[in-house]
Amino acid sequence: MTGFKTSKILGTAALASLVLALPAFAQDAAAPAAEAAAEVVATVDKGDTTWMLVSTILVIAMTIPGLALFYGGLVRSKNMLSVLMQVFAAFCMIALLWVIYGYSLAFNGPTEGGISAFIGDLSKLFLAGVTPSTTAATFSAGVEIPELTFVIFQLTFAAITPALIVGAIAERMKFGAVMLFLALWFTFSYLPIAHMVWFSGGYLFGLGAYDFAGGTVVHINAGVAGLVAAVMLGKRAGFMKEPIPPHNLTFTFIGACLLWVGWFGFNAGSNLEATGLAAQATLNTITAPAAAALAWAVAEKFVRGHASLLGAASGAVAGLVAITPAAGFAGTMGAIVLGAVAGLVCLWAVVTLKPMLKYDDALDVFGVHGVGGIVGALGTAVVAAPSLGGFALGDPAAYNIGSQFVTQLIAVVIAIVWSAVVTGVAMLIVKAAFGGARVSESAETDGLDLSSHGERAYN
Amino acid sequence: MKLVVAIIKPSRLEEVRQALNSLDVHGMTVTEVKGYGRQKGHSEIYRGTEYAVHFLPKLKIEIAVDDAQSDAIVSAIRESAQTGRIGDGKIFVLDLLAVTRIRTGETGAAAL
Repeated sequence: MTGFKTSKILGTAALASLVLALPAFAQDAAAPAAEAAAEVVATVDKGDTTWMLVSTILVIAMTIPGLALFYGGLVRSKNMLSVLMQVFAAFCMIALLWVIYGYSLAFNGPTEGGISAFIGDLSKLFLAGVTPSTTAATFSAGVEIPELTFVIFQLTFAAITPALIVGAIAERMKFGAVMLFLALWFTFSYLPIAHMVWFSGGYLFGLGAYDFAGGTVVHINAGVAGLVAAVMLGKRAGFMKEPIPPHNLTFTFIGACLLWVGWFGFNAGSNLEATGLAAQATLNTITAPAAAALAWAVAEKFVRGHASLLGAASGAVAGLVAITPAAGFAGTMGAIVLGAVAGLVCLWAVVTLKPMLKYDDALDVFGVHGVGGIVGALGTAVVAAPSLGGFALGDPAAYNIGSQFVTQLIAVVIAIVWSAVVTGVAMLIVKAAFGGARVSESAETDGLDLSSHGERAYN
Repeated sequence: MKLVVAIIKPSRLEEVRQALNSLDVHGMTVTEVKGYGRQKGHSEIYRGTEYAVHFLPKLKIEIAVDDAQSDAIVSAIRESAQTGRIGDGKIFVLDLLAVTRIRTGETGAAAL
């Protein structure tokens, strides 16, 4: 296929700087035929628009109810509603912040000079100037989608990322403190990293880091935030002393399956066009998690004696996380290998690494999203290699796994450090603002459903 | 009068009920309980964490009977609840001081 352009480098990408404030069908009637061929007239395809709207709705279902149920089933019954509420409220809050200032700061502004490599500007505050007739670029020259479609597709990514962090701080944080923390983190970590990776003037975009659908922006970013926030918040009462088993793995299973289905919009939608590469990303989004689920379950059988459903579901999520940055770069076999590796490494992270370091990342946000995201980001350099069946950009013969790996590593390290620092500062602010971020000991014992929300999940 | 209290495996309830029915025992109270004896518990693993589950689910059956019926009922429960594996449960027999049927006010053996 000839669709690969240098501008395609960055996944979900956001060539939003190329957004045209003109009707897409505007034509310069005077242009001679030869010039017209060189200078492609931008068109909006109804098929692309439909696909992006469908993808957007799929990604929304990942968060509500998918992620909420996945997490909800893993906590104790006395904290079920608090987790559902934190995810739900985070979705609502971020959706509003996104249209108020998030979209503008992430995907607009100058492409060079000042701090433009790290954050955008407020030129589209309150979506100023964004109308049903403005358009946004895709990866193919001359093919555009309505800008509003791009705004809401990206809204769903912005919304799920803070919601992912909820799993790390579950069962012990004040509701208001959760919301303030997520608002701060969204503003100072999500927006700059999305800008750096996906905006054409962004720092990591310029380096040529590959992140097709958000492995770095979403998963490493949220996973590291989860780890730092969990450590700063402290362990749940009774952690490692009394049983804190999941209260309903059936919900967790339903949530994991909704995540998987929604992830087709997440990964294949990041192609921005309904093309063959979207089909490849869809296929990769089946095979990678399938391999990861089986790898986790089989390894569990050998190491711990049983292949558990929770293990298979966790493995599937780990595989989905890992294939995210590589969704449109990996070939089918590469995706299977990447998924299997992610399943095994994430199993190690939650079974060995976590007890070793003794942090209480309640629902393994770091172990699955952080570690899986790192495996995916680094692995993308390998599976994108044309010699291994991948779809790296540019001249296939010139692709160098080693140099791309270094670029990926730089992006990973920057995301880790950035997210960790922002999380640390945000948690300090939240602790000061709320007189401690944790609920009282008796409120924690009673459960957050009753103490924070005045209701019970089951009566 | 005696109160027969039996702790049995949940899977044996229907067999016990049928055995008692054939002895003309037509009433009993069943409660879901948890406990452990020689069977001990088992372990459950959720991702990285292994929990020892000490208390296993059992059923507690309570039957108020005439002194004369007591032995037959105990052996009927023993035969019907037995699987031969550890964790089959126990049967306790207690002296019963008084019984009153709430609807009619009958007391003693007539209320059984």
